[in-house]
Amino acid sequence: MEDIDKKNEMSGRRRFLITATSVAGGIAGVAWATPFIMSMFPSERAKAAGAPVEVDISKLEPGMLLMVEYRGKVVWVLNRTSEMLATLSKLNDQLADPKSEKEQQPEYAQNPTRSIRPEILVTTGVCTHLGCSPVFRKEIAPVDLGSDWLGGFFCPCHGSKFDLAGRVYKNVPAPTNLLVPPHTYLSENILLIGSEKKEEA
Amino acid sequence: MRGIRVLLFFLCLVPLTAFAGGSRVTLDQAPIQYTDTLSLQRGAKIFVNYCLTCHSANYMRYNRLRDLGLSKKQIKDNLIFTGKKPGDLMKIAMKEKEAQKWFGVVPPDLSVIARSRGADWLYTYLRQFYRDESTTTGWNNLVFDKAAMPHVLYELQGEQLLRLEMVDDGHGGKHEVKKLVLNKPGLLSKTEYDMYVADLVNYLVYLGEPAATYRVQLGIIVMLFLFGMLGLTYALKHDFWREVH
Amino acid sequence: MGKRLNSIVKWIDERFPLTSNWKAHLTEYYAPKNFNFWYYFGSLAMLVLVNQLLTGIFLTMNYKPDASMAFASVEYIMRDVDFGWLIRYMHSTGASMFFVVVYLHMFRGMMYGSYRKPRELLWLIGSGIFFVLMMLAFTGYILPWGQMSYWGAMVIINMIMAIPVIGEPLSNLILGDFTLSDAALNRFFAYHVVTLPVLLVTLVVVHVIALHEVGSNNPDGIEIKANRDPKTNIPVDGIPFHPYYTVKDIFGVVVFLILFCGIIFFAPEMGGYFLEYNNFIPANTLQTPDHIAPVWYFTPYYSMLRAATVNFLWIDAKLWGIILMGGSVAIICLLPWLDRSPVKSIRYKGPYFKTALTLFVISVFVLGWLGTKTPTPLYTLLAQIFTVIYFAFFILMPWYSKIDKCKPEPKRVTK
Repeated sequence: MEDIDKKNEMSGRRRFLITATSVAGGIAGVAWATPFIMSMFPSERAKAAGAPVEVDISKLEPGMLLMVEYRGKVVWVLNRTSEMLATLSKLNDQLADPKSEKEQQPEYAQNPTRSIRPEILVTTGVCTHLGCSPVFRKEIAPVDLGSDWLGGFFCPCHGSKFDLAGRVYKNVPAPTNLLVPPHTYLSENILLIGSEKKEEA
Repeated sequence: MRGIRVLLFFLCLVPLTAFAGGSRVTLDQAPIQYTDTLSLQRGAKIFVNYCLTCHSANYMRYNRLRDLGLSKKQIKDNLIFTGKKPGDLMKIAMKEKEAQKWFGVVPPDLSVIARSRGADWLYTYLRQFYRDESTTTGWNNLVFDKAAMPHVLYELQGEQLLRLEMVDDGHGGKHEVKKLVLNKPGLLSKTEYDMYVADLVNYLVYLGEPAATYRVQLGIIVMLFLFGMLGLTYALKHDFWREVH
Repeated sequence: MGKRLNSIVKWIDERFPLTSNWKAHLTEYYAPKNFNFWYYFGSLAMLVLVNQLLTGIFLTMNYKPDASMAFASVEYIMRDVDFGWLIRYMHSTGASMFFVVVYLHMFRGMMYGSYRKPRELLWLIGSGIFFVLMMLAFTGYILPWGQMSYWGAMVIINMIMAIPVIGEPLSNLILGDFTLSDAALNRFFAYHVVTLPVLLVTLVVVHVIALHEVGSNNPDGIEIKANRDPKTNIPVDGIPFHPYYTVKDIFGVVVFLILFCGIIFFAPEMGGYFLEYNNFIPANTLQTPDHIAPVWYFTPYYSMLRAATVNFLWIDAKLWGIILMGGSVAIICLLPWLDRSPVKSIRYKGPYFKTALTLFVISVFVLGWLGTKTPTPLYTLLAQIFTVIYFAFFILMPWYSKIDKCKPEPKRVTK
């Protein structure tokens, strides 16, 4: 290339043509690469799997936990008994974020029960530490969890503990409360997970 | 076993034109416009009402119909009857085994039917059903002899009968022509019914390749760019090649 | 900036022959200055190869080589994957355009005697590339698992079974089953995306190395290396490949892309020749489609297969068909030793060769056209006649090329 320069003292016209072709070629290259990169993002099938899920909770008895798949992950729907709800206020000094101040829930779930209806807890069943799914341990004071355990969720991977509102205990690996997904009630018994807008159903 | 394979081999070489529902009928040209979204919307509605009970469209999602200018709510309210979600595929409840029992064949999936059959064939086929008591369904078709499908749209088109007429071929000879005549009128006039079928066929063509409209739009931009490149690269080549003697 | 770059290049050169390779293959590779239209197709074949490799990789990300899922996964690519339709059309159109470009490239070689000494090995490697390309096209065509995929493959498999004695065990070995099934689809996928592409790329690299060793032929068919500048030792009729042929080939690429994109965006089925209508019907093992024809690039050979209708010697018609079909491809390799003409290029060859080549081209076109048609007695007769012409071009070449009235070759290349 250097020798060509020497031979011909590249003319202005040629310099312009080379620049213009290179720029146009660069644009063509980017335009050409775009479809390939776009094709690697989630497809319509993946998006459809991520659509809001309707759940019938009419058969969910008090104290029962329902597991729902939403976007390939588990969402828990827990119908809490009044005894269960009573445990929540006793734990405040053992929890890292008892008032749910960190944004791990929509505004309508930023309350003592972390829910729209007090008894129904809707939360992602994924530990905020490294993504394992905690185990529902509703028994009180089991041998392995100690005498002060009032029921909650225990993560088998790294030992994080959450109460019956999905709030994280102090001094465990998980940094924040469990994530409450957007949700709403379409009717008395139909829960919509994934969107708070009724028309998204 | 070997005999069967040898037979298969020869079957491949000798196309079975005569046996496979492809009798040589001249096809009418389907009067369709892929840019006519209103026609496509009407077609989509006819499709979900009449076709999507026996035929599936397993590769098509309901929410793709937004291509036709429909909102998610419109799709959900007007086109989904089966409690499906907009992101779902257009599958049907009928099991293949049951279909086999009822129709003798499994009704084909319609996702790409327009790409294998062609618009004109579909347009002609859907308009050339006639009464034929000798078949199990009571219907027959000029384009597809002994089709297993009954005439689903007969309430709209009415009932046609087959007439054989001798026609002068202009060279002194005569030959037989198959003609359909309307026996009982339907809810639609002939012109209305033709348009109705055209809407459906338009939709089926869209269904075969939903990306087609965007493909053409993108193609025009790509071609304009390439013609620009053509000028530039020619000038560049010309500039260098002036030195070669 | 320039200094910095030079020092990086120097650093690399001490560890890898970058500059010397750049010079040997581009700036100091001297190509004849009289290349014409026919010399675009080598670089275009390379372009299509890259296109096939890249689009192919992206298709494998979503394609499923399973008889129950293959057809659906192709439609999934066409609808649900963002721009999947474009990548698929680039690949399907690229397959046909690969053959367009390679056929024109081969015809160029036949016109200008590019297969003659010292380029016999180059021609053989090229024939190898052509053979691998056909295997790639065949294995690739099976993957969508439509009616044409299935029944097209069925015909080829039955050809293998027609081979005496070893036919049946060989076909079982190839299929991994007693008939064409999921097992075959799965392994043909492996051949199509791993074995054959690796083989093809290797052969292409070897082809280019061999070309740059002997140097390019040209429309005059004379050796530019025979006429060097006494001072610089550079062929007087040669010009550096870069920049002259790079800018020329870039222009050729744009012209090609206009055609290529025109098909992709406005006629991806190409009237049923690039994507056959019946292949939009999922494979049905119980029913052959009404009309079955191979994709256009295989139709000439397919015609020759069908042209054999009589038992001859102790071999039956079916086996003759297969011998003719295989022979029609294999005989191309022998060209360097069949041509006995004193000159290379058609420009200086006599009327016999010109007539023979014209008849050959006509026979390829007619056979290709017949291959798309349903056979009738007339068509079969035509196929037989043109099969004879096709083979006569090769078999009689030692004779007619020797007695032909050739013109004298020039000393220097002409415009």
